[in-house]
Amino acid sequence: MAAKLKGWKEIPEAGTIVEPGNARNYKTGGWRSDRPVWNKETCIHCFFCWIWCPDMAVQVDQANKKMTGINLEYCKGCGVCAEVCPKKCFTMKNEKELTNE
Amino acid sequence: MAFLLKDLLGKDKILTSGHRLCPGCGAPMAVKMVTMATDNPLIITSATGCLEVSTTIYPFTAWDTPWVHSAFENAGATISGLQTAFLAWKKKGKIDKEVKFLAFGGDGGTYDIGLQALSGALERGHDFVYVCYDNQGYMNTGAQRSASTPMGASTTTEPAGKKSIGKRIQRKDLTMIAAAHHNAYAAQSSISHWQDLMSKAKKAFEYEGPAFINVLSPCVRFWRVPSSKTVEIAKLAVETNFWPLFEIENMKLTLNFKPKERKPIIDWIKAQGRYKHLLQAGNEPVIDEIQKEVDAYFDYLVRLSSI
Amino acid sequence: MSTIQKNKLSLTGNQAAAEAMRQIDPDVVAAYPITPQTEIVMAFSQFHADGKVNTEMIRVESEHSAMSACIGSASAGARTMTATSSQGLALMHEMVFIAASLRLPIVMPVVNRALSGPINIHCDHSDTMAERDSGWIQIFAENPQEVYDHMFLAMKLAEHPDVQLPVMVNQDGFITSHGVEIVDVLEDKAVKDFVGEYKPKTPLLDLKHPVTMGALDLYDYYFEHKRQQAEAVKRAFGLFDKVAGDVSKLTGRKYPMVETYQFDDADYVIVTMSSAAGTTKFVIDSLRAQGTKVGLLKIRLFRPFPYKIISGLLKGKKGVAVLDRSASFGAFSPVYTEIMNSCYYLDARPNIYPVVFGLGGRDLTPKLIESVYTGLIGNKFKTDQIEYLGVRE
Ligand code: SF4
Ligand code: SF4
Repeated sequence: MAAKLKGWKEIPEAGTIVEPGNARNYKTGGWRSDRPVWNKETCIHCFFCWIWCPDMAVQVDQANKKMTGINLEYCKGCGVCAEVCPKKCFTMKNEKELTNE
Repeated sequence: MAFLLKDLLGKDKILTSGHRLCPGCGAPMAVKMVTMATDNPLIITSATGCLEVSTTIYPFTAWDTPWVHSAFENAGATISGLQTAFLAWKKKGKIDKEVKFLAFGGDGGTYDIGLQALSGALERGHDFVYVCYDNQGYMNTGAQRSASTPMGASTTTEPAGKKSIGKRIQRKDLTMIAAAHHNAYAAQSSISHWQDLMSKAKKAFEYEGPAFINVLSPCVRFWRVPSSKTVEIAKLAVETNFWPLFEIENMKLTLNFKPKERKPIIDWIKAQGRYKHLLQAGNEPVIDEIQKEVDAYFDYLVRLSSI
Repeated sequence: MSTIQKNKLSLTGNQAAAEAMRQIDPDVVAAYPITPQTEIVMAFSQFHADGKVNTEMIRVESEHSAMSACIGSASAGARTMTATSSQGLALMHEMVFIAASLRLPIVMPVVNRALSGPINIHCDHSDTMAERDSGWIQIFAENPQEVYDHMFLAMKLAEHPDVQLPVMVNQDGFITSHGVEIVDVLEDKAVKDFVGEYKPKTPLLDLKHPVTMGALDLYDYYFEHKRQQAEAVKRAFGLFDKVAGDVSKLTGRKYPMVETYQFDDADYVIVTMSSAAGTTKFVIDSLRAQGTKVGLLKIRLFRPFPYKIISGLLKGKKGVAVLDRSASFGAFSPVYTEIMNSCYYLDARPNIYPVVFGLGGRDLTPKLIESVYTGLIGNKFKTDQIEYLGVRE
């Protein structure tokens, strides 16, 4: 992601950012030390995890109204989803241990 | 009409992933719930603060809608200018959409340094919504005391110490100050109560005139709670009556939530590291005083709501 | 081009500014009253109340909010104006810098008044000089006519696609703002056609192209944005004469960055700005009648500063007194400093003397100006010592 820094003639004036929502290109998943591991089987698709996830990292299938998983590119591993889930669908697992597994 | 989460899917687009607020931050929850409460296009301004800096670190922006920041103390004035420019464009036929105008400020930018600009904007009656994401301190710069910091909480500028209990006095009642602008819709809500918050946000957007919503948005880092506990701690604030949910419209106050049995304030205090010192022996009178104040304030709201 | 119809009206400097604002008919005016600017806001409010403008007005609760609301409005894409003085400008200070850095072409008449303390309501330039590094273009008017003409010049220059910068149109508090003079006023239509429709580059109201303005800009890009800003001001400098020329076509009056009076053969010169220039011209006429070769250099454009033009003009002069209507404590005053900067590389460097005058509205009498010329001629000043003109010992 270390994009080449641009010169003053190459960027829009006044510090204006002309590409809306381009923070999507900034992946915050690397911040995570614990990963929410989702148990699909117990999920009742209440969307509590979706409404409260501060990073918009809970993925849903809008047409079928289903929770479909976690976007690990952005999930910071806060564990809010695990706390608010009425069915305890998430286990927070340490990233290091997961890589070792 | 109540919101159903399944009908909102796909609407969480105004603030995008890739922002750099702390894990478990309450502010993006507030932003998400508020912005999903309208179908109209939004133009947004933010006061300087956590939300502003963490969502727009050049060359990145997490805003998928027109957005501007200029300073700390002026979100009220900025939103006045934005909305008035819209009226001018509309008059000239340069825009045909019904745009909604939304300002965000933290408690520092709203209770303290931005109060005058907010009051001016409310008094003038512009058609906008101002949302204070209240995390009870200057958290962006490392937990300094604000007028919203509650009594007994330790902050870096009024820390607990041998001769200090942390903040010595009660927080300012900003929601009632906003309500004192009688042309405004004023409400208090919490990120823990998404239905309540979204309904109020919807009302605020539909209200013809100024609207103010004070939203409790925990700062897990400086309240010293685990990052997973954001929603739980906010809920506890409501259930202890520390943070009553209410709204004032046309000078009528409605209490939106009355716990059957309110939880004792010690539950709220015990759960947060910023109150840790209050649990030491000898500080019981402080806790008693906080409890008394919480109960007195709730009684006051009950009286106002039943008149 | 057909001759533009003009009306002659008796106007104060404030009324002239308000009249120009009425004719420009901006989308939004957000303003707060302050002496001696108040009359501008009052007159414009009356135009608004009588339906003579389409402008939306915001009666803000402070100057800080005035500039903040202007920033909101201009970033949304509306043609935006305000007006202020003194403490009001000082209260705006933070936002004044931000307006320039966000590249918002706000036009603001500034009725120059001394800064507190002690509190004083009369003219000096300490208010506007405190903003000289803000990135605004600063134009100074000698009289109500210039105030009026500068307003269109300012609007056009500010909104030029290569500029996009805010402009202060300065006039002297009370002296100009409350002094009535005959002002040639253009037809409304001529002004409307001249300023045209404002076409903002990236307005927030353009919902199809959502932009983020005022992002957090750290060590990796802040400097580049400041470099761009410097370039924009440079471009404004390059375009000033062209825009001023276009205004001249309408009015028949000329607006060079620097104006001279009885200058070419003058040995001794006063450099100053605003209403002081008028008094100086009067003194020059009487001294010239006695055969003394004295002249005047009046600065219209202070930011960006016309260094080269000035050095070219001052080259070879015997003595130059720079009359500053503001002080910089512990340093030389702003105009003097810039004149020194202009002349450093000259071979035939004139002696240049710093003179501070008129603080807090102290009258600049013809006698005082005469004393400056006699001082220059008699070689009585020191180049490294500030002369305080008209202060009691
Ligand atoms: S851990 Fe936090 S960031 Fe990750 S999905 Fe759960 S709520 Fe979202
Ligand atoms: S909160 Fe739990 S049950 Fe509800 S959608 Fe998320 S994972 Fe499924």
